[in-house]
Amino acid sequence: MVEWTEFERATIQNLFSKMDYDTVGQQSLARCLIVYPWTQRYFGNFGNLYNAAAIMGNPNVAAHGKVVLHGLDRAVKNMDDIKATYAELSVLHSEKLKVDPDNFRLLADCMTVVVAAQQGAAFTPDVQAALQKFLSVVVSALGRQYH
Amino acid sequence: MLSKTEKELIVQIWEKLLPVAEDIGSEALLRMFITFPKTKTYFNHLDIGPGSQHLRCHGKKIIEALAEGARNISTLTTTLAHLSRFHAYQLRIHPTNFKLFNHCILVTLACKMGDHFTPAAHAAIDKFLSAFSAVLAEKFR
Repeated sequence: MVEWTEFERATIQNLFSKMDYDTVGQQSLARCLIVYPWTQRYFGNFGNLYNAAAIMGNPNVAAHGKVVLHGLDRAVKNMDDIKATYAELSVLHSEKLKVDPDNFRLLADCMTVVVAAQQGAAFTPDVQAALQKFLSVVVSALGRQYH
Repeated sequence: MLSKTEKELIVQIWEKLLPVAEDIGSEALLRMFITFPKTKTYFNHLDIGPGSQHLRCHGKKIIEALAEGARNISTLTTTLAHLSRFHAYQLRIHPTNFKLFNHCILVTLACKMGDHFTPAAHAAIDKFLSAFSAVLAEKFR
């Protein structure tokens, strides 16, 4: 079981309650595809991913970024049992989507950067640590069902 | 950096592995798939069960490419240019996988060579495999 401090719980709830899921979702996924181009391998049917501008403007990327962020919401609402919350999604990603789970870490890193850029000075080291701990628990849960 | 002795050692070892390329390659791959199940996500198009013909064929290809690299250690970038492009633009595997596979090659060699897989040989091969993977990953971004 993951132990959360009061500060960590409060920080995660606070961050996500104020977050614009659609923007953060689109920006995080777009950044991931731009900064780590090999992740584009999973999005062959998304249309034009030819350069950064195309990726940033791609409506499929925006839509999917939204889906991912809204999926994250489940963990925000179930911080004490993220493992069980994502068991099904983990199976989906491993057996159907066949995503290399190392890529989840990359998307989490991109999301952290996006949130940092938005928050500026408010994104203190403690806040960063809380978000990164939360995201690493999510990443770990998603990577569990690979056999 | 690889010393002259290490380069010679690498060429020697790889020449010995060429005749059993299928065995070494398929074993290393199988070890990787079982120890690191997520690596299987890149192989939907092949039958990677133990002993399968695809596994043996694919393993052989890899060992032969490594042997080619061993023979041309000073010109890895040019020798591997085509493979480098292939890995970057078509395969697009997550770069951490190179380390996982290299590790499994070392384990396979240790199992096969026993005491002959000396620390010196281990170091030389590990350095070689890192250099090889670095070239394969060069064009990733």
